Amino acid sequence: MAMTITEKILAKHSNKKIVKPGELIDAGIDIIMCHDVTTPPAIGMLYKKGIKKVFDPNKIVVTPDHFIPNKDIKSAELAKRLRDWCRSCNIKNYYEVGRHGVCHALLPEQGYILPGEVIIGADSHTCTYGAFGAFSTGVGSTDLAAALATGKLWFKVPESIKFILNGKLPKGVYSKDIILHIIKNIGVDGALYKAMEFTGETINELSVEARMTITNMAIEAGAKSGIMEADKKVIDYIKQRTKKKFEIIKSDKDAHYIETREYDVSKLEPVVAFPHLPSNGKFVSEIKEGIKIDQAYIGSCTNGRIEDLRIAANILKGNKVKEGVRMIIVPATTEIWKQALKEGLFEIFTEAGATISTPTCGACLGGHMGVLGDGEVCISSTNRNFVGRMGSPKSFVYLASPATVAASAIEGKIADPRRYL
Amino acid sequence: MGKAHVYGRAHINTDEIIPARYLTTDKEEELAKHAMEDLDKDFINKVKKGDFIIAGDDFGCGSSREHAIWALRGAGIKAVIANTFARIFYRNAINNGFLAIECKDISKKVKNGDELEINIEKGIIKNLTKKEEYKFTPLPKFVLDIMKAGGLLDYISKK
Repeated sequence: MAMTITEKILAKHSNKKIVKPGELIDAGIDIIMCHDVTTPPAIGMLYKKGIKKVFDPNKIVVTPDHFIPNKDIKSAELAKRLRDWCRSCNIKNYYEVGRHGVCHALLPEQGYILPGEVIIGADSHTCTYGAFGAFSTGVGSTDLAAALATGKLWFKVPESIKFILNGKLPKGVYSKDIILHIIKNIGVDGALYKAMEFTGETINELSVEARMTITNMAIEAGAKSGIMEADKKVIDYIKQRTKKKFEIIKSDKDAHYIETREYDVSKLEPVVAFPHLPSNGKFVSEIKEGIKIDQAYIGSCTNGRIEDLRIAANILKGNKVKEGVRMIIVPATTEIWKQALKEGLFEIFTEAGATISTPTCGACLGGHMGVLGDGEVCISSTNRNFVGRMGSPKSFVYLASPATVAASAIEGKIADPRRYL
Repeated sequence: MGKAHVYGRAHINTDEIIPARYLTTDKEEELAKHAMEDLDKDFINKVKKGDFIIAGDDFGCGSSREHAIWALRGAGIKAVIANTFARIFYRNAINNGFLAIECKDISKKVKNGDELEINIEKGIIKNLTKKEEYKFTPLPKFVLDIMKAGGLLDYISKK
């Protein structure tokens, strides 16, 4: 029977020849991602059951990233519980502050993400890793605890929706604009419980980093996972980072999809998602009213990678952040931070009047390093603009590409990045 | 028997159910103080043990934080009954032995303050105030077994 890439990976990991959507399976897990917010509760659950070991320390990757460097005493305690547990379980793949990074940028960068594998993380944006042709999904703390103890987890095999993307992206339009456009199109529950499979010449043309922005936001359409077949770009990216072997799995040509959607991106414009849903997208040319901003934020697992910083620097170079606007730039990992420093991007940012933070999820989820007050407006390269997401429940978050954020910082209002390119 | 608290809007997300600024604890009683805070500051004063939340489409979308379940359970909520649920929230509910029930158009049928009773095995919600009954698809055996065991970890331990 013909299967999608998702069905094939899940069949292989549950020792079955075929699986069908709707089927309940127990799948073996290749990599488990842990961070400082959702893992400590899982550790508590395991200890309560008297479980002091993990199924395989080498398959677990841990980084504190959400509330670090510790923002207060309680978050310090969370990070400590995580660190102590890693030591006692002999988990070597632990990335302490100074080597750390936002989890979904760090794991691919460090070569943990391989095609054909099953990856879970106790974080909703774990779907990011689908850009490598892996099945990857976010779970809660109880699922995490079960997987840490047994190396397995139950799944319902999802139905797949195919997104075929064709055409060349115009100047100033990026993969963030593509995914915001798709979410606007299908809604924040448009792919509920489903696997979103992305394919087409546009995907092939995108860098691996840019692809991750798309799979990262599959959860913002309610999806269980986002996935793309691995190609030469992915193989090259992995081979620079690890010697581990992997198997590339692809969808059968006659695999079944419950829906197929085609997009021509050649006429796409920069998209801005208005408060308070990622699906409230508008083309930048449709925004007639001048939307004044208090803060411009570039960072997160969605758009805090080196390419994102380069795009922002290219726009900010020789310009100034408008008076009255705070621009905060958060390189997603320590390696990205070092690379940006080496390339002189920090000089461009600071000359423009932006400030640079240590890697952290930080203000993306209203943690620290740029939290918003009542009535404040932020344009952000992050992934969610729910009520209270970046701080005050009375604040307003607009989602956009790093280019749109940078252009908006210069003008002090939501702006079209194409004017600067 | 418990009272219905209707929040009929679609896409009530985990940032509203329990804002991230409170995720530095996993204690249910602590989280409960801030349950639904950004949506309804009075929530915790309105609800009593055994009450129900009635919601619209896609309840619990957003982050994977299980703290959303713990906050609601800590506040005394017996079940969330929604038109539909977001995936991770629904899964977390099952894994915690917490009732999340999908019932079509429920947000239009139940009014704030209605007294409700649920029969899980039969898949029936009784509205004692309006003297109506609403059917929902009974939970699959696999899910009921996890719930009866008290959650996923107890279920696995027993297996």
